[in-house]
Amino acid sequence: MRGNILLASDGSDHALRATEEAIKLAKGLKKEIVVAYVVNFDQSKKDVLHSAGSLDREQKRKKQLQSTEQKLQEAEVAYSIKLLHGVPGPAIVEYANENAVSYVVLGSRGLNDLQEMVLGSVSHKVAKRAQCPVLIVK
Amino acid sequence: MFTQLKKEWFGNVRGDILSGIVVALALVPEAIAFSIIAGVDPMVGLYASFSMAVVIAFMGGRPAMISAATGAMALLMVTFVKDHGLQYLFAATILTGVLQVTFGWLKVARFMKFIPRSVMVGFVNALAILIFMAQVPHFVGISTMTYVFVAATLAIIYIFPRFVKSIPSPLVAIVVMTVIAVYGGFDLRTVGDLGTITQSLPSFFIPDVPFNFETLSIIFPTALALSIVGLLESLLTASIVDDMTDTTSNKNREARGQGIANIVTGFFGGMAGCAMIGQSVINVKSGGRGRLSTFVAGTFLLFLIMVLGGVVVQIPMPALVAVMIMVSIGTFDWSSLKAVTKIPITDSIVMVVTVVTVVITHDLSKGVFAGILLSAIFFTAKISKVDVISSREADTLNYRASGQVFFASVTDFVDEFDYQPEGIQHVNINFSEAHVWDDSGVAAIDKIVLKYRDNGINVSLSGLNEASSSMIKRMAVHDKSGGKLSGH
Repeated sequence: MRGNILLASDGSDHALRATEEAIKLAKGLKKEIVVAYVVNFDQSKKDVLHSAGSLDREQKRKKQLQSTEQKLQEAEVAYSIKLLHGVPGPAIVEYANENAVSYVVLGSRGLNDLQEMVLGSVSHKVAKRAQCPVLIVK
Repeated sequence: MFTQLKKEWFGNVRGDILSGIVVALALVPEAIAFSIIAGVDPMVGLYASFSMAVVIAFMGGRPAMISAATGAMALLMVTFVKDHGLQYLFAATILTGVLQVTFGWLKVARFMKFIPRSVMVGFVNALAILIFMAQVPHFVGISTMTYVFVAATLAIIYIFPRFVKSIPSPLVAIVVMTVIAVYGGFDLRTVGDLGTITQSLPSFFIPDVPFNFETLSIIFPTALALSIVGLLESLLTASIVDDMTDTTSNKNREARGQGIANIVTGFFGGMAGCAMIGQSVINVKSGGRGRLSTFVAGTFLLFLIMVLGGVVVQIPMPALVAVMIMVSIGTFDWSSLKAVTKIPITDSIVMVVTVVTVVITHDLSKGVFAGILLSAIFFTAKISKVDVISSREADTLNYRASGQVFFASVTDFVDEFDYQPEGIQHVNINFSEAHVWDDSGVAAIDKIVLKYRDNGINVSLSGLNEASSSMIKRMAVHDKSGGKLSGH
């Protein structure tokens, strides 16, 4: 995964716009995209209760990324999907740093968090702690 | 093996110690409140929480999961404690453990897949409703000040985390409200009115009950219900912790571990417990990942009992009630209300029936059985649709059956055929998209074949899969000489 572009997506409109930018980067730099979807801790209980086993759960979560995947397929960019678990900000930072990705691309705010004044808390944390260039898409 | 053990215990020392302390702080009010629900001294719940956590840290199959005295178990004990007393509760706790070890040894975890999710959703929702209902007598119609204290405690519980996340807000709320109650001189009921706290270490003793068949017949039904509910909640919690940490766990080892923990707990004067969803989530969120976190939670809890024992009796009941209201709100699966419009109506009915059964019987295990039974019936009804398509070819009538041929579908299946077709010499029934499951299915085929034969029409069966045809070979009468239908 070294050197790939990490695209954080929760299927929101902001994430879709981030996907478009990630595609431009990937095409220009000839790199692959890793789409990261973070399952936060509170979601785990709900998802375990409402799914029949881990396979069913994985499928439902990947469904959240349908629109993102569609965009990537249309653009014919090579990509893979990675489900991360934990608090969205730190989980993305940890994955990005451990796998030494070359860029992190994400929307300024997502689906789950309350609308915050300037930046979402996730994009703020990632921008601060990731050891690579971070592209925050409005 | 050794490196695995080392990783499970010491792979995350700093995070585990900190999260263990947080969990211990959060456990204190809950252990006391669950004791009060069960109608026993707060010490019984506190000792149980200590010994459950410490034993499960060693014996459990899911590192970082927290086990202690729980609401689900406490609710099952209410009438039992009232009728038979504390010593029988300890005996029942030990028997619960023995049953759970047996279940674990029989690899009970593989049966979890037969419990539909709507039953599990009903389980947690019913649990939430029961915990809330158990609080009502402690705050409704007592005094205005009681309401004020409940509201103020809830306000602290939900607002405090917006500013400080590291300390569990229920504990902060309890401390603040106890200080206000003590120094403000308010006339409120306290934990001390409902039980006593002793600042002593738990000690080993054998429950003071006669060892005979009568005792066994008293404790067995309760112990069985406790062991089932305990395993259900523990295995559900284990799946949640698995998902949160993106790791796997040994569910059968967890079942055995729960049993061993309950046996030890019973001998040390504690009430039966199990894994707790809420506390396990707190533990993982606070950074707990290894067995050490559970161990620290248990031992630090014992330390708190030793230090705080005298203060605990002064906790005003309304503050404790508010903590339980929070637990109940947190336990309830609110997303299931939204999901009602999206999921099949039968799933919603199963969920509601599970909840209603529990609320009426106050027994979670009965609700689960009712739910499983009902969903089994719904499932049977759903797959009992058999389609038969017919087509004609000169003097031959071809039937194509598709679906499951078994006891629930045979009546409709037999009626699908036309037994007096005009100008037909041969009937061919193709089963390549059907499966014959039981003797009712075979009997139905017999009936069809013999009915045609009575009308002078020759019948051939084709396309039967191996399982179906071997069953027919074994049980059918139409292909044996002089075949006639028996009475039924």
